Amino acid sequence: MQEIVMPANRPEMALLCLLIPLLPFIGFALNGLGNRKLPKGLVGLIGCGTVLASFLISVYLFLDFTSSGSRPYTVDFYDWISVGSLQVGFSFLIDQLTLLMLLMVTGIGFLIHLYSAGYMSHDEGFGKFFSFLNLFMFSMLLLVMGSNYVMMFVGWEGVGLCSYLLIGFWNKNTNYNNAAKKAFIMNRIGDLGFLLGIFLIFITFGSVSYPQVFAEATKVAGVDTPVLIAITMLLFIGAMGKSAQIPLFTWLPDAMAGPTPVSALIHAATMVTAGIYMVVRSNVLFILAPTTLDVIAIVGLVTALVAATIGLAQNDIKKVLAYSTVSQLGFMFLALGVMAFSSSLFHVLTHAFFKALLFLGAGSVIHAMSNEQDIRNMGGLKKALPITFLTFLIGTLAISGIPPFAGFFSKDELLAHTFQHSKIMWAFGVLASFMTAFYMFRLLFLTFFGKFRGTEAQRSHLHESPAVMTIPLIVLAVLSAFGGFLGIPSVFGSNHIIGSYLSPLYNYAKGINATPFEPMHLSHETEYMLMGISVAVAIVAIIIAYVMYVKKETVPVSEDTRLSPVHNLVYNKYYIDELYNTIIVRPVMWLSTTFYRFVDVVLVDGIVNGVGRFVTFSGRTLRHAQSGAIGFYVMVMVFSVVLILFLNFFIG
Amino acid sequence: MNYIPEVIRTIPLEYYLYFSAALFSIGVIGVLTRRNAIVIFMCVELMLNAVNLLLAAFAAYRSDPHGQVFVFFIMAVAAAEVCVGLAIIVMIYRNNRSTDVQLLNHLKW
Repeated sequence: MQEIVMPANRPEMALLCLLIPLLPFIGFALNGLGNRKLPKGLVGLIGCGTVLASFLISVYLFLDFTSSGSRPYTVDFYDWISVGSLQVGFSFLIDQLTLLMLLMVTGIGFLIHLYSAGYMSHDEGFGKFFSFLNLFMFSMLLLVMGSNYVMMFVGWEGVGLCSYLLIGFWNKNTNYNNAAKKAFIMNRIGDLGFLLGIFLIFITFGSVSYPQVFAEATKVAGVDTPVLIAITMLLFIGAMGKSAQIPLFTWLPDAMAGPTPVSALIHAATMVTAGIYMVVRSNVLFILAPTTLDVIAIVGLVTALVAATIGLAQNDIKKVLAYSTVSQLGFMFLALGVMAFSSSLFHVLTHAFFKALLFLGAGSVIHAMSNEQDIRNMGGLKKALPITFLTFLIGTLAISGIPPFAGFFSKDELLAHTFQHSKIMWAFGVLASFMTAFYMFRLLFLTFFGKFRGTEAQRSHLHESPAVMTIPLIVLAVLSAFGGFLGIPSVFGSNHIIGSYLSPLYNYAKGINATPFEPMHLSHETEYMLMGISVAVAIVAIIIAYVMYVKKETVPVSEDTRLSPVHNLVYNKYYIDELYNTIIVRPVMWLSTTFYRFVDVVLVDGIVNGVGRFVTFSGRTLRHAQSGAIGFYVMVMVFSVVLILFLNFFIG
Repeated sequence: MNYIPEVIRTIPLEYYLYFSAALFSIGVIGVLTRRNAIVIFMCVELMLNAVNLLLAAFAAYRSDPHGQVFVFFIMAVAAAEVCVGLAIIVMIYRNNRSTDVQLLNHLKW
C-alpha cells in the first residue's frame, strides 16, 4: 500500500542523476564566461550539446527505471541545511513524475536550443542568450528533481530569475525591461505564498522532504482542517504566480517581450507548468483539502474563460499565443481542481508539444517577416513558408482538439473528468475550448491565408527558415500529431499509458480518498457524446473562423477605429492592467512617495542634518574661547588641575 | 662611605615635602606670570625636579627602588622634551625676533 522510497545504492546512478542538472550548468558557466570570446558555432554546440546529453541521460534513467520494476528512489548527495530539527538534504527523488518532467523539459528544451541557434544567429548577445537558457535548464531540472520543498523552491526562484533575464534580454528597450520587472515582481508575490506554505508544512509535519511529509500527511486525522487549507492555499498562491492564473496572470502576455524561443521554452512549455507539477507532487496534501481544490477548479475555469475571450481580439501573433497559454494553464488547473491529476499532467505534456510548436512556428513567421508581429500585416504566407505552415496547422489542430491530434485526447479526458465533477463547469470548459479553436484558426487564417498585407520590402525578404529551425518544428509537429496516443481513453479499449504509468504517484492519496483515482464511471454513450460535442464545437468554431477570415477576408480593424463597447473591453484585456495600476500600483507609489517626502526627507534627513548643524554651530561659538594667549591657556589648565584635586580630596 | 638612602634619611621626610611643594609652587607661579618662553621653560623644569625630589625621598624612606627608577625615566623624557622645546623656541625667535609668548596669538583659529 505505502509507497517505498529507497535510497539508490548504485553510485554510478547517483553520478548520472547529478550530471543531468550539472551539464547545463557547465554550459552556463562556459558560455557565460566566454560570452564574447567564444565563436558562435562553439557557443551553439556547448548550449545544445549539454542539454542533449542531459536528455540522453534522462532517457537512460527512464529505461532503467521502468525495466527495474518502477520503484522510486532517492539519491542523497549531502546534508545541505541542518539546523535543529530541520534537515534538508541535497538529494534527488527519481519517480514517475520526475522522469516524465525530465524527459519533457530536456527533450523540448533541446529542440528549442537547437532552434535558437538559428533564430538568434544574427544577435550580438548570442553567448549571453545561450548561457541564460542553460541556466534556466539547470534551475528547471533542479526544480523537478529535488526531493524536498526547499530544493523545489531553489529551482523555482532560479527559473524566475532566468525568466526575468530572458524577458529583458534586449535590455536596451525600456518597455522590455518593464515587462521583465513586472514578471519578476508578480512572481515574487506568488513565491511569498509558496515560501509561507513551506514554513507551514515544516511546522505541521516536521519535515520538508516529500516522502516524509506525505507519510505524515496520511496520518493526519480529519480532512479540510484549517491548517491543511492554509498550506494548500499558500502553495496554490505560489502556483498562481508561476503558472499565470487569475489574479496573477498579467505578466505572462507581457513576457512575450523576450525572444520567441524563450516564450516557447519558458513561458509556454516548461516554467509555467511548474505550478501544476507542484500541485501534482503535493497531491496528498491537496486531496486532504477539498475546499482548496474547489478554489483551484474555479480559478482555473475563470482563467481559461477570461484568457480565451481576450485571445479572441488580439492582433499580435505572440500575444494570441500567450493568452492561449494562460487559457490552457487554466484548463490544467481545472483538471487539478477536479482531482484529475494525471489528466492535467497529460495536458501539460501535450500542451508542451503543441504550444512549443506554435511558438516556434510564430518565431519562424516573425523571422521571415523581418520582426513583424502584427497579424494584420501578414496573410498569404502559406506559399512562402510551406514547412512552417504545415507544422503550424498541425499545432493549431492539436490545440483545437481535433482528433487524432494530441490536444484532442488530453483535453477530452480533462473535460470528461470535469463533466463527472460538475456539469456547469464542463459547459464553461467547452465554451472556452470553442473560443480556443476560434482564435487559433483566426490566427492561422489571418497569417497564412488570403492576400499578403505587408510592405513590399517584407514581401521581397520572405523566406523559409533554415533547417536548424525547421527540424525542431517537424519533430514537435510529429509529437503534437501522435503524442495523444499516450493516453487513449479506455472507451477505445486501449491502455491509457500515461494514466497507468503515473498511478503509483497517488499511493499515499489513495489511502485517504480513493474515489478520484478510480477509473471514470461514465457510460460509454456519455463518453462518446462528450467527445462528439467537443469535436463538433471545435469544428463549428473553425467554420466560423473560415467564413469570417477566409471567405469574407475580414481583417481586424486598425488601432484608431472606434470599436463596439464589448469589443473594446476585450481588446483592452478587460482593463485589468489599468485596474491593477489604479488599485495597487498607484497606492503603493503614493505610499512610497509620501514616505519619501515625510519620513525620509523630513525625519531621517532632518535628524542627520540637525546633528551636523549643531556641531558646526557649537564649534563656531566655542572658537572664541581659543584666544591664542598662552598665559590664559596655562591658567585654565592649572585651575582645572587644582579643581580636580580639590574635588578628588574633599568631595569624592 | 654611607649608603645614600641613609644619608637621605638623616633629614626628616616633612622637610622634603615642604621643599618640593615650595619648588613646585615657584614653578607654577613662574609659568603663569612670566612672558619669556625660556623662563617658562625653566619653570617647567623646576616643577619636574620638585616631583623628582619627592620621588627620590619617598623611595629612600620606604626602601622601594621603584621611585628612583621612575626618576630616571622622568629625566630622560625631560631631556627629550627640552630638546624639542628649545628647538621650537629657536624657531619662534627667528620668526618674531622675540621669545615673548604673548606675541604667539597668531596660532589661534
